[in-house]
Amino acid sequence: MSTILRAGTRAPGFKLHVTPDQVLLLDEIQGKRIVLAFYPADWSPVCGDQMALYNQVLPEFRSRGAGIFGISVDGAWCHQAFAQARHLHFPLLADFEPKGEVARAYGAYRESEGVCERALFVIDEKRAITWSYCSPIAVNPGADGILDALDAMPKTGE
Amino acid sequence: MARLKVPVATSDHVLGTDSAAVMLVEYGDYQCSHCAAAQLPVKQILLRYGGRIGLVFRHFPLTEVHPMAGLAAETAEFAGGYGRFWNMHDAIFANQSRLSPSLLVTLASALELSPRALHEALASGLHARKVQADFLGGVRSGVNGTPTFFVNGVRHDGGYSVPELASSVGNAMLATAT
Repeated sequence: MSTILRAGTRAPGFKLHVTPDQVLLLDEIQGKRIVLAFYPADWSPVCGDQMALYNQVLPEFRSRGAGIFGISVDGAWCHQAFAQARHLHFPLLADFEPKGEVARAYGAYRESEGVCERALFVIDEKRAITWSYCSPIAVNPGADGILDALDAMPKTGE
Repeated sequence: MARLKVPVATSDHVLGTDSAAVMLVEYGDYQCSHCAAAQLPVKQILLRYGGRIGLVFRHFPLTEVHPMAGLAAETAEFAGGYGRFWNMHDAIFANQSRLSPSLLVTLASALELSPRALHEALASGLHARKVQADFLGGVRSGVNGTPTFFVNGVRHDGGYSVPELASSVGNAMLATAT
């Protein structure tokens, strides 16, 4: 398992495709809490997989002032098809070219398989990582750790 | 190790004895095929440990991928208000492949429940809050998909076959006996 960036570290910036014709910079979303969910691949066969769960928990993230982004090495078109098929209401970032560059910066890249770890990061308004967790690759980490981490942060606006 | 954050309470539906040595809490979704497949092994576990085990079913509908799951859960809660939760629970799983709003009405009629009362309950979202509370409690307890089982408050991380469930239940039985 990779050694992922820990709490207290500054979140590395990125500039990634969020749709085939839109690029998102981490710097553009400063001033907001962010959950970055690295995952190995779109089209997981498991019933109620990780992204489906986050989709359902979305109001809980939002009520805590946080936006969530899924991120994998799949391309933007693949993400688009996956998001449409699963009715995902949050963006998926394509760490596609150079492949896995952002995952590497977060210590969340699996060289052996060429995919992202199943790693979670909560980033505060000042771009500091406040919580991170790397799950065993086959285990869906759920949302409880993310919500606990968001609840442990100062209330927004303080 | 993930633990159940919401203890079994009077608002829960319990099959078997609620003072049983082992409580099996299942988080499930009426449109999830794995949950339907888990029905038989769960029943076999209840038979095997009869009198010493209770089953609680809590809702964990992933409505974005299972558009009928929320209504089905609310219909089971509606039936629960008339003491027929488990009848409706079984009927919904038995008809999983053809769930629709009208089928839920048919199932209610078959259980001699008023279709009009069901319609009103669903339209007003009478049981939506309970279903959502189950879901959020599951999320906070580390439920990551369905079905997820907790045996005496500890998440069962294996599959839902009889031997796998029996292993966790058996261990919990031993732990309570000492």
